[in-house]
Amino acid sequence: MNKYLFTLLLSTAGTIGCFAQANIVPAAKQTKTIAITGATIHVGNGTVISNGTIVFSGGKILSVTANGQAPQDIEVIKADGKHVYPGLIAPITNLGLAEFSSVKATLDFAEIGNFNPHIRSLVAYNTDSKVPATLRSNGILMAEITPEGGTISGSSSVVQLDAWNWEDAVVKTDDAMHMTWPAIPQSRGEFGGRRQLLTPEVIAERRQNAINELEQFFSEAKGYAAIGKPTVTNTRFAAMKHLFDGKQQLFITADSQKDIVASVNFAKKFNIKPVIVGGDEAYLITDFLKENGISVIVKQPHALPNSTDDDVNMPYKNAAVLANAGINVAISIEGYWQQRNLPFMAGTAVAWGLDKEKALSAITLNTAKILGIDKTTGSLETGKDATLFISAGDALDMRTNHVEKAFIQGRDINLDNLHKQLDKKFSEKYGLKAAN
Amino acid sequence: MMKQLLTLALVFSATVLFGQQTYPVNGSYDTRPGLFAFTNATIVVNANQTISNGTLLVKGQTIQSVGSGTTVPAGYVVIDLKGKFIYPSLIDPFTTYGIPEPARTAGGGFGGRQSIFISTKKGSYNWNEAIRPETEARTMFTIDTKKADELRKAGFGSVNTLNHDGIARGTSAAVSLSDERENKIFLKDQTAANYSFNKGSSQNDYPTSLMGSIALIRQTYYDAQWYGRQKEEYNISLQEFNRQQALPQIFEADGWQNVLRADKIAKEFGKQYIIKSTGDEYQRIDAVKATGASLIIPVNFVKAYDAEDPAEARNITLAQMKGWEMAPANPAALEKAGIRFSLTAYGLESMKDFWANIRTAIDNGLTEKQALLSLTEVPAAMIGISDQAGTLEKGKLANFLITSDNLFKSSNVIFENWVQGKRFVVSKMNVNDLTGIYNLTVDSLGSLNLKINGTSAFVQRPGADTTKITASITRNGDWVGISFNLKKTPSGEVRLSGYLTSANPVMLRGESVLASGTAGKWSAQFISANTEPPKKEKPRAVITAGKLIYPFVAFGTENSPKQETVLLKNATVWTNEKEGVLLNADVLLENGKIKAVGKGLSAGSAKVIDATGKHITAGIIDEHSHIAITGGVNEGAQSSSAEVRVADVVNSEDVNIYRQLAGGVTTSHLLHGSANPIGGQSQLIKLRWGKTPEELKFGGNDGFIKFALGENVKQSNFGSGLRFPVTRMGVEQTYIDEFTRAKEYKAGLTAKGNTVRRDLELDAIVEILDNKRFITCHSYVQSEINMLIHAADSIGFKINTFTHILEGYKVADKMKSHGIAGSTFSDWWAYKMEVAEAIPYNGKIMHNVGITTAFNSDDAEMARHLNQEAGKSVLYGNVPEEEALKFVTLNPAKMLHIDQRVGSIKAGKDADVVIWSDNPLSIYARAEKTFVDGIPYWDMEKDAQIRAQQQSEKARIIQKMVESKSKGAKTQRPSADTPRIYNCESLEDYSAALNELEGVKTHE
Repeated sequence: MNKYLFTLLLSTAGTIGCFAQANIVPAAKQTKTIAITGATIHVGNGTVISNGTIVFSGGKILSVTANGQAPQDIEVIKADGKHVYPGLIAPITNLGLAEFSSVKATLDFAEIGNFNPHIRSLVAYNTDSKVPATLRSNGILMAEITPEGGTISGSSSVVQLDAWNWEDAVVKTDDAMHMTWPAIPQSRGEFGGRRQLLTPEVIAERRQNAINELEQFFSEAKGYAAIGKPTVTNTRFAAMKHLFDGKQQLFITADSQKDIVASVNFAKKFNIKPVIVGGDEAYLITDFLKENGISVIVKQPHALPNSTDDDVNMPYKNAAVLANAGINVAISIEGYWQQRNLPFMAGTAVAWGLDKEKALSAITLNTAKILGIDKTTGSLETGKDATLFISAGDALDMRTNHVEKAFIQGRDINLDNLHKQLDKKFSEKYGLKAAN
Repeated sequence: MMKQLLTLALVFSATVLFGQQTYPVNGSYDTRPGLFAFTNATIVVNANQTISNGTLLVKGQTIQSVGSGTTVPAGYVVIDLKGKFIYPSLIDPFTTYGIPEPARTAGGGFGGRQSIFISTKKGSYNWNEAIRPETEARTMFTIDTKKADELRKAGFGSVNTLNHDGIARGTSAAVSLSDERENKIFLKDQTAANYSFNKGSSQNDYPTSLMGSIALIRQTYYDAQWYGRQKEEYNISLQEFNRQQALPQIFEADGWQNVLRADKIAKEFGKQYIIKSTGDEYQRIDAVKATGASLIIPVNFVKAYDAEDPAEARNITLAQMKGWEMAPANPAALEKAGIRFSLTAYGLESMKDFWANIRTAIDNGLTEKQALLSLTEVPAAMIGISDQAGTLEKGKLANFLITSDNLFKSSNVIFENWVQGKRFVVSKMNVNDLTGIYNLTVDSLGSLNLKINGTSAFVQRPGADTTKITASITRNGDWVGISFNLKKTPSGEVRLSGYLTSANPVMLRGESVLASGTAGKWSAQFISANTEPPKKEKPRAVITAGKLIYPFVAFGTENSPKQETVLLKNATVWTNEKEGVLLNADVLLENGKIKAVGKGLSAGSAKVIDATGKHITAGIIDEHSHIAITGGVNEGAQSSSAEVRVADVVNSEDVNIYRQLAGGVTTSHLLHGSANPIGGQSQLIKLRWGKTPEELKFGGNDGFIKFALGENVKQSNFGSGLRFPVTRMGVEQTYIDEFTRAKEYKAGLTAKGNTVRRDLELDAIVEILDNKRFITCHSYVQSEINMLIHAADSIGFKINTFTHILEGYKVADKMKSHGIAGSTFSDWWAYKMEVAEAIPYNGKIMHNVGITTAFNSDDAEMARHLNQEAGKSVLYGNVPEEEALKFVTLNPAKMLHIDQRVGSIKAGKDADVVIWSDNPLSIYARAEKTFVDGIPYWDMEKDAQIRAQQQSEKARIIQKMVESKSKGAKTQRPSADTPRIYNCESLEDYSAALNELEGVKTHE
């Protein structure tokens, strides 16, 4: 037994040793005022400023102007013909909680148990994961680190992606509680007929039982929140407190139209306005969502249609349909390493009917609003954090995305990553030029 | 002790009608003459001959004569059947009557918690437990009186019964449904050899997939051939297999695609199977007809879905809806096509549905004549009992039905079913008709009016303005039960039971019980005849069925799109040839080929499509795909499964074909999964949406085979970890051993007079050695890639392609010097340990080193935007755009050896062409039209029309379902039917899935 443990420890240590990117150092605080000039500035709120100038100091934006002159005696970055964007925000991700999907030892995002409101993602967020650096170089500078599993999975926190530890990474602690609406499971497809291991009746009954249980849990948690000093502490209920006083958001994952309506109405009973995550069929109930002022985080535009008969391009169109109907939409993508494709998810929405700047909002300002961080970030406006990047071309298209420089709260971050390093190493082997 | 004695006594006292030579009798013999004359009947001798006013003479278990004007000899019991009909009893060619249900373990197979490599059956039997031809229904059969009664009530007189278990299932037997001792009721002890694709209760991991089942059947034919030539092995299974080749061969296949698959095996070995299918043959009647196979078809039509709630109804697919609507017309479609078929009650939830469904089939166009043929003569011939049953002829068994009317009328009543000359009463004949108006007196209720009309009844309080209340009436001979609820004074059910005390006029009398429990007496006195006419035969429903679509799923169309002569004008054309990207250029498509490329081409008779502002490229080619496959992509139970062929399991009905056309894909290389070092043979297809599986095949291309390295083959993340190999060291030895054996096998085959056993697994390896089959090898880390290159060099075979090849950038020099191509992901990594150093610059480095480089999907979703995956090589590595596009067009064509036909826009090449809205590498690009062989299978505008039509078609059928429910039809709750999505690592057990399906059915 001891020997087994020893081997395990050794192999774990080996893993970490091999892949650390020891020379990518988090950037120091901004000391000099910086101006970026001549760029097309995509503000993030729908407006574009051609030949714009953005000045930032002490980590905050001082000004964003058209045809503006850079003040004297400061560092100027000429970005003529280039584009400046707010740092992209990746909502709903297990970034830093997972390193290799198939290696259990590296997975920290799904706790056991069904009702886990007391679980907090922030404390497990690994700033030394080699993944975040691969996202920064495509413009993703912030992420909402989100637990999964069970019906109530716990609280997420928002982090910026250049940090020594989760303490300096955090942008907003425990921003939202995450819940998955008890859904009707899809039957698995099979070899030429139907295949459903449980009858629809049994599934409906189980689902109703799960909803009843959830309602009971919320009711008791609400009651508990009203007790000043409980004689017996319940950490789960205690963790729900800020859902009822409005200090924490409730994110509910629901995809079918029935589930979305049911989950919104459920939350309403507790005076909570939830955010819908997923929303595959949200396009069928836009009026309902608007009437209730519900924001939707569209998950994974690059997905297969929900059902065989659906428009084959529906997942591409969903975000555009919702946003064009006047719903506040953020776009996300599943997973952690996949987050580097977030800008192209917004690009997909553009291809299928969404205005380009609105699509940008769906991965910047709209997301910031939903996460409750729009006062300090999410767009390039005076007074907000200087979290932004410069791309040589249109950042929403893989053909032209080319991030040359990125700043997080004014800090000039290192855009190197493991992949670039390996590219350099092996390009050298063959006497070729590395890409970066 | 006493109890035991009693039981014994019961067993011996069973009536023995006819002599049983070998059995002793306890007490005096009761051997009866068994002489019966059925007179004045309408005798349906067979489907073509009816005798009116005929006489049927029966002696013992045999028909003595059938005719009219027959003089009944003395000693016969005369049964006058004036106004009644005699039909031959029905024959079911596919049942498990009297055979014990096989014990099945659900969800076993490879990837589970155990690994069972060879048969658990002890003795000199086949290595694989699913091959059990030594199984004989005759040795397992015992009479099941309850089931026999159900079958007889439905009109059956004899059945073919089999052990419904395994791939080679052994022989079935024909028995009558008499309740005599087993020894007396066998009509034929070995009617047929039986087969299926389902390994059933076999505990072996192999086969886990449909293609594995097919490979196992094929190999068993060769093993059996070898067995006949050799002397070293004694094998009961193979011996039986050979012996049974003389019998009819019945193959159970699920659905028309499996009918075609089964028939293909039959043809390969010079056989003609009788195929038991599932009733969806109407969907491809021509292909089914072309097999020349006779079929056995069930009548278990699917129930309508609850469709009132639109949100729930969204879960019902078009295919489910159309299947509900059209399946009842399947027997008619088979008849119309001239296909020989039997009907079976197999698969019915309840035997009570049998006649309702037969009549539904008739309402949907099946002729009564064909129905009778398919229930009598055809099954009799299939199982070789035509000399004994199926028609009413002298010398045949006295198996016949006495009915009130034409057998197929809904008002018909089966009175008696005679089996082997023994009478079984289904419904008593010549009973008094109770129809009439009565004065009903019930204690503590007083006097009521009772009206009986056939099988329905009503009560009404005397006087005007009273409501007529429906009563239920049951009758068993002279016993009558009536119940009704007056709703008030008193409320609750009033139950009457009693009997006929006088027949003319009718008088009923008996005991009554009120809801309160108050008991009393009742009587009903006949007052007058009922003036209402008796219930009429329902007029035949006028069926307006929808149209067939190809394929039979959403986005299928009635008329498949046609090949066009079309001029695509004024586009940016990415030729992938030395001409590079042409601006404002035209492409002419004709006869499925690219006719010309250039500026200002004249249209001639061609249809002109203005493509100004658009981009045109060659169709996308996916080197690594798992769409359009059915029954599993991995046959991973053994370290080599070189014998399995994706060619056997192409699925033309997969909606992912259409979805990928919408992403510009025209050719897909369908690969076996990566569960073992030597996987199966792959199949190249073109996405010819709406064609049959055979028509999807690319045609004329080189064959490939999937190899795999790394975590999957050593089962790092699944399975019992017991199957060799579990390390990369063992992986090497798998190849060494397999190729060494293949060389020896090849040498052995060339020796004169050899008795080498044909081995399909080694045949495939020999093809590799002979450069007739090419390897595409799933690969991850540099050590294993290097290993396989070394193994290939030392053994003497070539590696064509490394697929996935995520660390190709580390060994690009070795690949280059060996001329090995690389097909990788654009940017995947971190999903398992072996991709810890997978980088998005991989494609760029391999390309720059000079390797033919491609990006593939291995994913039904990613394949929808491979053009944009290619775009990522611009992002990661600044690959020139023209070269980047080749990663998903010309380069995969080269590595698949099809670049002479596809992959670029060049005169003479196949017209596989995509029109894009934008630069094809851009996220903003949408495929507007995708041509395969010059046929526009994807057209964005037409797609919108198809969706609109689909909506109205679904609305029409939903209306029909709601109507059918309100008319009282049984319904089911909708549950969506989503297509199965595979990737390399998908593991499942085909048979377990089929077994579960059946399990669900029996528990409903």
